[in-house]
Amino acid sequence: MAVAAPGIVEMDDARLRVQIEDMFSDYVHSIDDDRIEAWPEYFIESAFYQIISQEGYEAGHAIGMMHCDGKGMMQDRVKAMRDANIFEPHRYCHVMERPRLNRNSADTYSARTNFIVNRTMQNGDMETFACGKYLDSIDVSGETPRLRRRIVVLDSRRIDILLVYPL
Amino acid sequence: MTETAARQTNGSFKWPEGGVTRVPYRLYTDPEIYAREQERIFRGPIWNFLCLEIHIPNPGDFKTTFIGEIPIVVTRDENGDVHAMVNRCAHKGSLVCLQERGNRKNLTCVYHSWTYDLDGQLNGVAFRNGIRGKGGMPKDFDPQKHRLEPLRVEVYCGMVFGTFSEETVSVSKYLGTDMDHHVRRNLGRPLKLLGFHSQIMKHNWKLYAENVRDSYHATLLHTFYTTFKVNRLDMDGGIALSDDGWHSISYAKRAKFEESEEYAAAEVHSAQYDSHLSGPEMLDAWPEFEDGITHSIQALFPSLAIQLTLNSLAVRHFVPRGIDRTELFWMYLGYEDDDEEQTRMRINQANLTGAGGLVSLEDGCINEFVERGTRGSSDDDVEFLEMGGLDVAPSEGSRATETAIRGFWQGYRELMEFA
Repeated sequence: MAVAAPGIVEMDDARLRVQIEDMFSDYVHSIDDDRIEAWPEYFIESAFYQIISQEGYEAGHAIGMMHCDGKGMMQDRVKAMRDANIFEPHRYCHVMERPRLNRNSADTYSARTNFIVNRTMQNGDMETFACGKYLDSIDVSGETPRLRRRIVVLDSRRIDILLVYPL
Repeated sequence: MTETAARQTNGSFKWPEGGVTRVPYRLYTDPEIYAREQERIFRGPIWNFLCLEIHIPNPGDFKTTFIGEIPIVVTRDENGDVHAMVNRCAHKGSLVCLQERGNRKNLTCVYHSWTYDLDGQLNGVAFRNGIRGKGGMPKDFDPQKHRLEPLRVEVYCGMVFGTFSEETVSVSKYLGTDMDHHVRRNLGRPLKLLGFHSQIMKHNWKLYAENVRDSYHATLLHTFYTTFKVNRLDMDGGIALSDDGWHSISYAKRAKFEESEEYAAAEVHSAQYDSHLSGPEMLDAWPEFEDGITHSIQALFPSLAIQLTLNSLAVRHFVPRGIDRTELFWMYLGYEDDDEEQTRMRINQANLTGAGGLVSLEDGCINEFVERGTRGSSDDDVEFLEMGGLDVAPSEGSRATETAIRGFWQGYRELMEFA
């Protein structure tokens, strides 16, 4: 078993772990299955969402590739994607590792989860589109766990063609 | 043998009738033309963007980049002077600097430890005198004759430019008065880097050079602005050009939004949605300049664009990665003296552009559609560029024009000597 960092209480609630893991799965499935309207619902109202490269994250840069300050901006992303943006049809498949969870306080957990995203284009071209980790803060005060903050840290600073679906 | 086939076999190229209103698709696919560009454009009498000055703030800092396909390293020496050299060891041609950024006392090639000063001068060759009297370089070996190939550099408005040509005039003269004025407006103050990323686009680099000058497509393809009623062709704006037409600015001034009959009649898909943002603070902005210009994209020949859209300041540098690949580097900037609120607005507005830009993400794929659409075309097939006239002239009051694209091709033809 991994040793927790000093000052951090490890995850000790098995039922809550299952709830968080299910929420993570539902989150990526909503994107992979093109039910993108559901994506903002995994966040609390004032949540922060960002996609940034590892290099930018380490350098403390404020701007990455996507930045939503509040659920409204996420909903605008969804609407823009559906109504405004033009792009060639494609589909993601997220594959995640088991989240590493830590309890920060009674109602906040933090997590790191590595992932790979495969992208399939309409003509059948398939390739690894993204690889990185989710760095999350999770609000567990409500009925179901919700993301308070999700920073998507990508190993690469380079995007292939464009980024329209969230990760 | 047909005339077309004959032309293919002898490799010659003649610009079609119609001048810069006709652009052969062949320019995007012909390997001989691509090779000629490396020589005549990128090594020609032009200024190439190399990096931002804030990439190399301290003595010993270096940053690698590219001019066309040529690997380049930019350094700052002990005295604070900036140098640029081809990043290619004078011995066997290996890259000397492997990392994209770093800090070194000198530059040492990892292969055989040839060592160069920060200005590219060779100052050490391993085993030059051999080992125990055996081997080593010939007696007449002259380190002065073996240095990293230097470029002329000029630091201009926080950017480092380089040229291989002795003939290139200063950067501000190269750009001309109006272009120089606008660069100084946007970048003539101490800058800070807020973020960066890049994207790979699957087409020839010149399609993006056209794209950043293509004010005609802006509100037709990019429908986020019109969906949310931020920017339309009926806003007050226009195209400014340098005297030679090589460089351009597409600008808009904020005007009261009005439904335009042209949009309604054309039934363009950009006019049919409501305009309410759920997170309107994304577009929180403040007027930074007294000239009233709220959006501008300035294209500098050959491969640079500077955007200031609302308050989102960014430098875009595009680099050919082979004949059918282009890497676009996005550098998001603020000014050193921005306050917290101004920085917040620039950060939120960065959502508009970039690889995932709500406004501009289509540009990542649209030129690939051109690349794919023109496959199998004949040498006689051309782009038709007559929107806004046949000439290369500034356009006041309208951005429904391709004049800036024609200006790019004017410069391109001249440098390539395509009669």
